[in-house]
Amino acid sequence: MTSDIAAILAIDGIATGAVYALVAIGTVLIFTVTRVIFIPFGDIAAFTALTLAALDAKRFPGTGALVVALACLATLIEIISLIRNGEVRLLPRALLFYLAIPLAVVGIAWLAMRMDPPLAVRLVLALMLITPIAPLLDRIVFRPIADGTVLLLLTVSVALHFALVGLGLLFFGPEGVRTEPLTSFSTEFAGVLISGQTMLIVIAALVFSGLLYLFFDFTLVGKSLRATAVNRTGSRLMGIRPARAGTIAYLLGSLMAGVSGILIAPVNTVFYDSGFLIGLKAFVGAIVGGMTSYPGAAIGAVGVGILESFASFQSSALKDVIVFSLLIPILIWRSLASLHSEEEIEE
Amino acid sequence: MTRFHVRLAAAAAVVCLALAPAVLSPFSVTLMNYIGIYSLVAIGLALLTGVGGIVSFGQAAFVGVAAYATAWVSALNGQSPWLGLLFGVVLTCGVAAILGVVTLRLQGHFLSLSTVAWGLAIGFLFGNVEGLGRFNGISSIPPIHLGSLALVSSAQIYYLIWGIVALVLLLGYNLLDSRLGRAMRALRGGNTLVESLGINAFRIKLVTFVIAAFLASLSGWLYAHMSRFISPGPFDASMGIEYLMMTMVGGAGSLLGGVVGAAIVTLLKNSVQDYLPLIAKGASGQLEIVAFSALFILFLQWARQGIVPSIARYLPKIRRERPQPAPPLPRRPQPTPGELLLKVDGAERRFGGLVAVNNVSFEVRSGEILAVIGPNGAGKSTMFNCLTGALRVNKGEIVFAGRSIARDPQSRIAKAGVARTFQHVKLRPRMSLLENVMLGTYGRTSSGLLAGAFRLNQREEASARHEALMQLERVGLGDKPFELAGNLPLGNQRILEIARALAADPALLVLDEPAAGLRRQEKLRLAELLRALRADHLTILIVEHDMEFVMSLVDRIVVLDFGSKLCEGVPSAIRSDERVQEAYLGGVA
Repeated sequence: MTSDIAAILAIDGIATGAVYALVAIGTVLIFTVTRVIFIPFGDIAAFTALTLAALDAKRFPGTGALVVALACLATLIEIISLIRNGEVRLLPRALLFYLAIPLAVVGIAWLAMRMDPPLAVRLVLALMLITPIAPLLDRIVFRPIADGTVLLLLTVSVALHFALVGLGLLFFGPEGVRTEPLTSFSTEFAGVLISGQTMLIVIAALVFSGLLYLFFDFTLVGKSLRATAVNRTGSRLMGIRPARAGTIAYLLGSLMAGVSGILIAPVNTVFYDSGFLIGLKAFVGAIVGGMTSYPGAAIGAVGVGILESFASFQSSALKDVIVFSLLIPILIWRSLASLHSEEEIEE
Repeated sequence: MTRFHVRLAAAAAVVCLALAPAVLSPFSVTLMNYIGIYSLVAIGLALLTGVGGIVSFGQAAFVGVAAYATAWVSALNGQSPWLGLLFGVVLTCGVAAILGVVTLRLQGHFLSLSTVAWGLAIGFLFGNVEGLGRFNGISSIPPIHLGSLALVSSAQIYYLIWGIVALVLLLGYNLLDSRLGRAMRALRGGNTLVESLGINAFRIKLVTFVIAAFLASLSGWLYAHMSRFISPGPFDASMGIEYLMMTMVGGAGSLLGGVVGAAIVTLLKNSVQDYLPLIAKGASGQLEIVAFSALFILFLQWARQGIVPSIARYLPKIRRERPQPAPPLPRRPQPTPGELLLKVDGAERRFGGLVAVNNVSFEVRSGEILAVIGPNGAGKSTMFNCLTGALRVNKGEIVFAGRSIARDPQSRIAKAGVARTFQHVKLRPRMSLLENVMLGTYGRTSSGLLAGAFRLNQREEASARHEALMQLERVGLGDKPFELAGNLPLGNQRILEIARALAADPALLVLDEPAAGLRRQEKLRLAELLRALRADHLTILIVEHDMEFVMSLVDRIVVLDFGSKLCEGVPSAIRSDERVQEAYLGGVA
């Protein structure tokens, strides 16, 4: 391997890794706030790419129907649980959040579609359509078992991923898509060609991680999320509702996943089931950060991207085998690193 | 209900299974075959996940390793399927042992995630290795021959499959009721509990893991020779999740639940395939997985227990006979009263900058009751954990019965004769009193895996059962040995823990805040029991908070404050010591 090839592989890896990093940060966010290891974030990313492709082709994406279906189901569940708990006065609020807002989002997207919007608007529409999915799934799937063990939540999360893959095929069809590049700019750095898309990916990853940092450190909502992550009971006593914190976390997480889907769509062909591997690799990155550290997750995800890039140069068939085999030593290292803190909790 | 009734029910089930192919349509028999094959994996998972508490998403990979191994031997190299079985089992168990050694020390969800990782990695391997047919798979796998009879039709292989399932169930239940099985059932109580009983938790986990892989390999072998064709599909990650689902639906922790779960999931999937196209035309293939996942999620939301445990609750309890007298278990040589038993010399333990235990020294002589007391944060619990091996001292020496134990793991210290109880009671609530106390005899018994599975351990089991009953009687809990430990009130749970510790025939009994949370009457009973044990020349070390309880009971007291030893002496001297009063009451006015 010459240094030229190594440089190209490294840049390629960093770009892929930056995409994983966005999803990884979302995964960490959800895990710390809700204890759910949300495997389906990769699916959310893939669905965003498919949504954008459909919008580009002037078709109304299947995401709309998916959101409507989930909104109806979530509303139904919420109404039943409110009536059961005798909290009928909260019904209008529930209808607003679980039915009206998602339906309005779909409606706006549908109307906007008819005006043949420019690319920038299509990007916003794709993100708008995708963000309600995870919070609605949270209401339908995870809220009833929010007190369960991490393992129960993980098992359900994996099952949910399979349901989403099936729904993805149903709503988007089996064809893979590749959207047009967001920019045709390219530049040469130290003799290696770097495409504008690659730069855009890295910049977007940096910007969004930066924004998240500002959100957590300088807004009250962000701080309430951090408080929930540290201690659910304690933050509850301070008047923070864990369920609401969870919803915000899911919204933010799916926004990150959505952005990563948009970024990866022009680089890789995305299928309805591409999400699993994106999600898992992001997840590997998140584990490197111990499922708690955002910078750790981002660095881990970029590491996975670079590793994958070099592994696929060595053997494209076995690249996934290599990546997942390497997860085991990482897990061992993390488990040993976290052993100490568990010991201290016991004291 | 007696054991006879259980055997009768089992015999009836066997007869029904034997007659099934004569009654059912060929398609139903094929379906039954799949159920049997999946059951084997699910039984293994029930053992691993339900009993041992290790959630594995990767069992499908083990099935695949064995299936590919036997296909490689029989289809690609023209050897006998029986050689394929041998190769498949050895290869699968070898792979499992290696993976287990590497990953089974991981904590909680890290362990489950590692199963996702190797499950995926192995799954990808099948489709990408040259010489294993890549994604086209391997076809024309020969059938299994029994003598000159080739098991070609589904009714023929049916008997082999269900014969194996029945045998596995029988051996599995035998195993769970043996010394090793009880250790497996203790795993969910946490490493500290298991190790405190002198059991090497890692080894038990490894054995359980390899047994589950072994069952998966049997399943893979049967699958390959029944369908006569394999491709990567049936061994990928989604199948791994389906196996887990079968186990959870049937009721993790129940071996029979594995079979029931496999049956329900297989039949449900089959009917979803049949009826879904009628409801939603054209989209069948995809809605199938959606419907299936949705049902699974609903199931986990509404019935986390699983089916078999939910039904078993309504069945009458199995009546058991009180254990009969049996030859006693071997006892360890006990130290002579008055001799030095435990010596702590300059022990120090730090957590970062905090010195929790600072240069503490004391001695325990055989036959006495010594208390370590001190206000909150004095370092009592840390000292206790160092003595029992849950923590290591950073500096200093701990010598027990003439041997240093400062660097020993918990199970070694337990085996050396230090038995402990826990401040937050650690019992197995779903096991009977007798079984909980039998856990204590682990270090005094020796029968292994095969002896347990084939019931070659009966003499030793009888002795262990009798010993456990004797200890229950000794502490005053002998009247209901088959009650579940979880049904006892807290005071009796503490006493049950002491009985479990006594069953290990300890030289030193270490009690962690035994009076915490007890009512006055319960405390008096506990003190009485401890006095009776001292009269039997047992040495007892108590770490305690409750002054009143300690003062009237113990021979000597060591007082800790801010991690250091404040003083040491007989209770009356400690009571009048000004430094102690200051530490407890915050200074003399």
